[in-house]
Amino acid sequence: MPRDTEVLVLGGGSTGCGIARDLAMRGLEVTLVERGNLTDGTTGRMHGLLHSGGRYAVSDQASATECIEENEILREIAGHCVEETGGLFVQRPEDSDEYFQEKLEGCRECGIPARVLSGTEAREVEPYLADDVARAIEVPDGAVDPFRLCVANAIDAETHGARVETHAEVVDLLRDGDDIYGVEVHHESGPGKRTHATPGTTEEITADYVVNATGAWAGQIGAMADLEIEVRPSKGVMTIMNVRQVDTVINRCRPKGDADIIVPHETTAILGTTDEEVPDPDDYPEEQWEVDQMIDTLSELVPILEEARTIRSFWGVRPLYEPPGTGTQDPTDITRDFFLLDHADRDGVAGMSSIVGGKFTTYRAMAEEIADHVCDKLGVTASCSTADEPLPGSENIETLEAGMDDFGLRSPVARRSTQRLGSRASEVLETDDPNPVICQCEGVTRAEIRDAISQSGSDLNAVRIRTRASMGNCQGGFCCQNMANELHPTYDEETVREALDELFQERWKGERHALWGEQLSQAMLNYALHATTMNRDRDPASATGDIDFAAFDGGRPASDRVDGTRRAD
Amino acid sequence: MAIEDDILVVGGGLAGTTAALAAAERDVQVRLVSYRQSTLRNASGLIDILGYTPAGDGPLVDPFEALDDLPAGHPYERVGSEAVREALAFFDEIVGDAYAGAHTDANALVPTHGGTVKPTARYPTSTAAGLASDDRDALLVGFETLPDFEAPLAASHLEAAGAPFGARGVTVRFPGIVRDDAKVTRYAHLLDHDEPVETPAGETTAREALAETVRTHLEGESRVGFPAVLGDDHADAVRADLGDRLGVDVFEVPMGPPSLPGIRLEDMLYEALEAAGVRVTTGVPVVDYETGGEGTNATDLERIDRVIVDRNGAEVPHRATQYVLATGGLVGKGVQSERDGVFEPLFDCHVPQPADRYDWFVDDVFGDQPYARFGLPVDRDLRPLDAGDDPEFSNLHAAGAVLGGYDFAAEKSGSGVSLATGYVAGRRAAEGCR
Repeated sequence: MPRDTEVLVLGGGSTGCGIARDLAMRGLEVTLVERGNLTDGTTGRMHGLLHSGGRYAVSDQASATECIEENEILREIAGHCVEETGGLFVQRPEDSDEYFQEKLEGCRECGIPARVLSGTEAREVEPYLADDVARAIEVPDGAVDPFRLCVANAIDAETHGARVETHAEVVDLLRDGDDIYGVEVHHESGPGKRTHATPGTTEEITADYVVNATGAWAGQIGAMADLEIEVRPSKGVMTIMNVRQVDTVINRCRPKGDADIIVPHETTAILGTTDEEVPDPDDYPEEQWEVDQMIDTLSELVPILEEARTIRSFWGVRPLYEPPGTGTQDPTDITRDFFLLDHADRDGVAGMSSIVGGKFTTYRAMAEEIADHVCDKLGVTASCSTADEPLPGSENIETLEAGMDDFGLRSPVARRSTQRLGSRASEVLETDDPNPVICQCEGVTRAEIRDAISQSGSDLNAVRIRTRASMGNCQGGFCCQNMANELHPTYDEETVREALDELFQERWKGERHALWGEQLSQAMLNYALHATTMNRDRDPASATGDIDFAAFDGGRPASDRVDGTRRAD
Repeated sequence: MAIEDDILVVGGGLAGTTAALAAAERDVQVRLVSYRQSTLRNASGLIDILGYTPAGDGPLVDPFEALDDLPAGHPYERVGSEAVREALAFFDEIVGDAYAGAHTDANALVPTHGGTVKPTARYPTSTAAGLASDDRDALLVGFETLPDFEAPLAASHLEAAGAPFGARGVTVRFPGIVRDDAKVTRYAHLLDHDEPVETPAGETTAREALAETVRTHLEGESRVGFPAVLGDDHADAVRADLGDRLGVDVFEVPMGPPSLPGIRLEDMLYEALEAAGVRVTTGVPVVDYETGGEGTNATDLERIDRVIVDRNGAEVPHRATQYVLATGGLVGKGVQSERDGVFEPLFDCHVPQPADRYDWFVDDVFGDQPYARFGLPVDRDLRPLDAGDDPEFSNLHAAGAVLGGYDFAAEKSGSGVSLATGYVAGRRAAEGCR
């Protein structure tokens, strides 16, 4: 029976998009389905650290070695998604000298460039480090934008002929005896880009091979075909600060622990994280103590965090996995390595493999290994080229930065825009139409918003992810409605109104966990702007029942009017 | 040496200025000190009394009818509905012809920049021709370089709300605006001074060029709405000029920050303060206070003797017989918070609050938000109350958003509460000087 596609990838995170790109570049016919938007699961909810490998240099040297290799590859193929911040492993007086030494040796054994700085030298690099920081190890950690990286992979997969279908939730695995041959997806209604199928419909997609790259959700997919996949989802909190208190990734140099990393990210710094196993990756408590711990513990490294303004907090779920029978109790002890579960070998059910575990920095290497496996299954001999071919947007970045003033924009905006857009910058920004800034905090212009809308449709959260609009200090209070305005007239008024409501609610979701001090003040201002002046909380257009307009003040007497008409009372 | 006055008002927003003006009518020496820029420039310039009940019923046709049913502790309940009317009349007198709406008790429904209508009791004259209950067709005009107002979208939104007139929107280029990120004050300045501008047809003036641009889009509408950028110092003249050239009534659609109608109101209030002889010092924070001194009464209530004002690093004591606290709410920083609690930073007045920070909010952004009601409880003289319901001080009155027990954003009651409580606080303070 002819199949709809050769390979069907489930999951639009970094792993799924990486696999789709890899296979598409090898010439295979690929379809990727994602239940929400790209990055909606774990990828969009991480701290944005590009590991040097230093973190695993003592506990897991295989991972550490892989990290430094992939770190160097990503700097090459995705320069526009990476900021080369460098990183420090910082030792406080109470932290062990022995561990510090092990860390240093481990880095050297794994090929991670590492250099010891005295406390004074470390404070020259990062002036806000605590006075009693004893010394530090400098490593090539970086900051990576997971949204851009994931989207770049998806775009490149499409360029190579793949079909990428978001807002398409897998509702069933198609299984015939001991063979899985596809999935049934439900195309969701609501905003978003769905170029292929109609919202509200279901579709069967058949494939020669299915790759389950749904991470923390892999167990739920497996259960649809009675396969048991022992994913152990583990949540972690990340707290975003309003400014970059540090320009270098700051790690605590001790064996393990919560709240031990600060990652500078664009205009912000992200504090992380906790590690708590949760039963359901879609439903877990987001707890106050986790946020408090970030600030309390990390203030030991960078004291000004205690008084600094937080913007919001968010949680992500790690797709941890360990083979049955390992019996690790503490999730921090579960390996960060990934596992390729071929259900033919494991469960006697052919046609599907699942990928679990793993980490963002090594997504490409994981994708390569999985793609090799799939090619092996399908008898294809093409080899991987993802390590050598730059991702879209990463060519000619120097030329772009040199020409950052060319677009008639204020230079920080142009700089940020070109960083965001990579080599597509001139195509997007060279417009004859006025190009005002829509989001002041992040410096996002109309042309970028419209470009993102052309790619994402009316899903303003997707526009936000592509552009970073509404992700700055004001958390969208001042710009959400201006972003929505750009949807019109392509989308009608009702769609715009719903898209705006959805974005505003989404922004609030994360703000709630940082709701004190400046951010509570900002939340009240945002609420007041949207509810008071715009009356969006009680918008008569959205409310049921009609208003008796004639009962309200109709204005000055008719004799004063230009046309002399009288209002019908 | 201390600076001495009868009354010291702390805070320079709508509540503080109203309190100072209400007190100054009573032959007492009033001083107003303020620190931060007031939140008036964030506000639309509309004067809301009550648009919705706390339960969400509305829009209310008659705000006054609903005042007597408000729950105990609501600022309007504290001062009584008669004081609300008096305060509004007081406001009408201050602003004169610049505002409209006093001819009726009924609320007006005003279209704002998103195209939503909102109920309000008084509105700037510049907005008067734009009311949603006016059944004349309207043309809304937006500008390509002003992304805050998408006129065709606002027009569709008005129709979706069932407005009784035909609304149409067009987007045009504003003649003379060359920078894509020009501030709203730049638009206003061009029109205020009717500056020369270059158009494809040659050099002309800003108003003429704008009128010509709009004329080609008119399809018989007798009123035309623009975003609220039509002049600052000469707004009336700009509007009249555009109206004459186009043969229509011209109105402004209230916008978000920075809001020219809000800035114009602020200017009027400060002119009134000057005319009333109120001494005004801005940009100075009150950093401390001392109690005791002469006049401590027998009721055992503490009395504020003096406050310490930081004037560019010099700590200057300011003494008064009566004090008015009008420092604003969470936005104006008259109410502040840390991770473990909400507080009033100047006098450390009691702020009721749930102990757990996660009970400060609900999950729906537009739900019944506890944080929106944070503020001080007061007695009927507007004196802040401690946890035992006794006045914190004998001579301190609070007004405006620093008060708790109401959600001004949901009720659309912010400016009305500031006016009514500012008015009453000013009067009580003056009486306390006798």
